[in-house]
Amino acid sequence: MEPFTQLRGVVAPLDRANVDTDQIIPKQFLKVVRRTGLGEGLFYDWRRLADGRPDPAFPLNQPAYAHAKILLARENFGCGSSREHAPWALLDFGIRAIIAPSFADIFANNCGQNGMLSLPLPAAQVEQLFQNVAARPGMELLIDLPARRVSDDAGWSAEFAMDPYRQQRLIEGLDDIALTLRQAADISAYEKQHEGA
Amino acid sequence: MARTLFDKIWERHVVAQAAGRPALLYIDLHLIHEVTSPQAFEGLRANGRRVRRPDRTFATMDHDVPTDPRGNGPLRVLDTLARQQLEALAANCREFGIELFDVERPEQGIVHVIGPELGLTQPGRTIVCGDSHTSTHGALGALAFGIGTSEVEHVLATQCLWQARPKSLELRVEGRLPAGVSAKDIILHIIGRIGTGGATGHVIEYTGEAVRALSMEQRMTVCNMSIEAGARAGMISPNARTVEYLRGRRYAPAGTAFDRAAADWLALASEPGAAHDASRVFDAAEIQPQVTWGTNPGMVAPVTGRVPDPAALPDAAARKAAELALTYMGLEPGTRIESIALDRVFIGSCTNARLEDLQAAARIVRGRRASPRVRAMVVPGSKQVKAAAEHLGLDRIFRDAGFEWREPGCSMCLGMNPDTLRPGERCASTSNRNFEGRQGAGGRTHLVSPEMAAAAAIAGHFVDIREWPEAARPAQEKR
Ligand code: SF4
Repeated sequence: MEPFTQLRGVVAPLDRANVDTDQIIPKQFLKVVRRTGLGEGLFYDWRRLADGRPDPAFPLNQPAYAHAKILLARENFGCGSSREHAPWALLDFGIRAIIAPSFADIFANNCGQNGMLSLPLPAAQVEQLFQNVAARPGMELLIDLPARRVSDDAGWSAEFAMDPYRQQRLIEGLDDIALTLRQAADISAYEKQHEGA
Repeated sequence: MARTLFDKIWERHVVAQAAGRPALLYIDLHLIHEVTSPQAFEGLRANGRRVRRPDRTFATMDHDVPTDPRGNGPLRVLDTLARQQLEALAANCREFGIELFDVERPEQGIVHVIGPELGLTQPGRTIVCGDSHTSTHGALGALAFGIGTSEVEHVLATQCLWQARPKSLELRVEGRLPAGVSAKDIILHIIGRIGTGGATGHVIEYTGEAVRALSMEQRMTVCNMSIEAGARAGMISPNARTVEYLRGRRYAPAGTAFDRAAADWLALASEPGAAHDASRVFDAAEIQPQVTWGTNPGMVAPVTGRVPDPAALPDAAARKAAELALTYMGLEPGTRIESIALDRVFIGSCTNARLEDLQAAARIVRGRRASPRVRAMVVPGSKQVKAAAEHLGLDRIFRDAGFEWREPGCSMCLGMNPDTLRPGERCASTSNRNFEGRQGAGGRTHLVSPEMAAAAAIAGHFVDIREWPEAARPAQEKR
């Protein structure tokens, strides 16, 4: 897993609440047996007009956001299905961090498993960011995970809180399974105690 | 100190915990299906890892399988990608020694229907599945939650998961449910009140007289939709009804082992006075048959109500969300819910495709005909449900009324198989998600109970099921 320390990149605005994982990656893209190549299906129905052409009004279709690394959205981002295809699709498009007032639990977990940051900021700060992006489309943000700080080049910045363990895991890019397997003796002891084996 | 069901299960399953870290939690049962597992097995292979406990892992085929009434054998899976995914699951289960209930087996069905049905789901167990509606299994007093594919891989390799301890939320439904009001209406009513993010970070325990009076299958309907309120899991304390449900099921203990297990299960129930982190109370008598009008399950109204006017909503974000939803749904503010006409009806999914659900729908349908403008389908939740329903002659009741009677699977709950809505089609559905495009791009979904869906199929529009009293489920008895 790629370590997450500092991320500098264009922030794309998606002014919607309750963005569900069915929207992030519709079902027809779930019939895959690999993790890669899902960017094509990202927001598939929102990115296209009824006749199938790209909708120029959708932010990720606009040249300013073609290389966005950060997505900005409203509350309860990633609700719905547990499909990890949602973070995979965002990552495949180039998005490594999502900023929103709140996230659905499973989505936030899935982000962490893929070296991606789901960053909750208070609604007022998210609103301020939407206004900043509206004034300066294509603006960049710098997310400094070790310092727990996000800032732009025009003097705006915000500190954020985060569970220290989650922060450390992202910074080190640790493989969970390898870590857990080091506790195999504990797991065997648990099984022995509970199964009487 | 008095402890909750959740406290007891959690504490029993902590394998290791360092200060300030999530707990390493032991997983008793891991259910897998074709859509969220291939990448996990690929990860195991890439790292030369094995499945730690194939005996605690069970697989089924449900999301992709066709439900064509001519049979859903492998030859019917004409979609190459879906076939590859089903074949990958079969190959992975063979390679790693996992029991697979494939489409040829009599146990096959939707993962959250077959777990309880086979007795795999038991009180006190920790259960995970790469599927958010795993919360269903909490109906039996298990701690059950959905996980992503990386976590599926982690559980396959270690039989454990790192979990931060969630908070607990008690949702108490007091009083008795009126006639014609179902478990589905309870949960839609609750989500309408607390919102789709109302239980984020929490495990819900449903309590109260109206909850205790629910049958096991009705409890599953309630727990199933916990995730639609954002909850990590939903659960109900085991009682005598839970024990009776499990007696004689294939994977439940038998003989004296059953009696020992039953005593243990009953002792898991939340103790009087046990503290939850938060609590909300609802009055069952206030609950009416519910119909969603928008694009998430929190956008819901009583059948006697109207589509809301976004302009009348207090907060700007809710206003915008409602406007977008009404545009997508093709509805005008102020429209009477009962005047909304339908093109399709879907009775199925892990929320409402168990035998009691089909019986409830059949009571409405018996001796009537589906409206000629509605295409209605019934998709049983499992092969066992289908067989039991056919034994009771329900298939004939539905067919005689012009409904399609199909093979088990997830079907039009998410439309990964050929069962989908066409753009603009409007559907009364007993499933759990009315997200944009969920049942097919451009499709419009209204979530309702099985009896409301059945009545809508006959009338061609929504109707208040309480006005069809001969068919409605009786009011709950005092217990
Ligand atoms: S029936 Fe629907 S919600 Fe249930 S497991 Fe299948 S796709 Fe998921």
